[in-house]
Amino acid sequence: MEICNSKVGKTLTVELKGELDHHAADRTRAALDELLKDESINEMILDMRNVSFMDSSGLGVVLGRYKTVSARGGKMAITGAGKSVDRIMRMAGVYALIERR
Amino acid sequence: MYKNELHTSFLSISQNESLARMIAAAFAAQLNPTIDELTDIRTAVSEAVTNCIIHGYENRGGTIYMDCSSDDEGITISIRDEGRGIEDVELARQPFYTSAAGMDRSGMGFAVMEAFMDRVDVESEVGKGTCVTMRKHISARVEEND
Repeated sequence: MEICNSKVGKTLTVELKGELDHHAADRTRAALDELLKDESINEMILDMRNVSFMDSSGLGVVLGRYKTVSARGGKMAITGAGKSVDRIMRMAGVYALIERR
Repeated sequence: MYKNELHTSFLSISQNESLARMIAAAFAAQLNPTIDELTDIRTAVSEAVTNCIIHGYENRGGTIYMDCSSDDEGITISIRDEGRGIEDVELARQPFYTSAAGMDRSGMGFAVMEAFMDRVDVESEVGKGTCVTMRKHISARVEEND
């Protein structure tokens, strides 16, 4: 899993590239949590256009970060999700919590 | 009547999640499934193998067995561990239930398998292990001479 990030104002955009399964989940989770230590961030956008596979371990990573961001009153959004990522997000009802852009 | 079988076993390490997905998808590809059907199979296999690693063997390693069979109408995949087993299978299958609370698990593993496959059977015995058998219908697109 490759992780690139950029911050503009209080918005953090993180681009994920690879397969977000249990094998990749720990490292991805740790990297996102490290970035979220910056308390000034009140919006996190996950750019998933280059995520070629995601399963429920990936859902756990996404929903866990949503908890962190929403606990500080911030917002989270997902952008660029391809068909397969979109399908599992919809199946789990993620878009009821996290905006899809 | 078309028929094929594949029997594999591999170590219970997370690197083998993608390996198992690729093996199952390559086997299923012989039935000429759609891209969506292949994605469903890859996802369901990933869930079952991840369960073996995290819950069956509790990240301590072991052997995972994956047996696939196909016929004119679809594919059956059994994924089995000889780990700790599940005390309450009905509870484990509930969406958002996880026995690994606090570990950022979504609790959606079985729900995903059920959503993406046509049938999911779980046999488990505490102390002996768990076997998940999944069936997916794939419309007969097998070419006679393949």
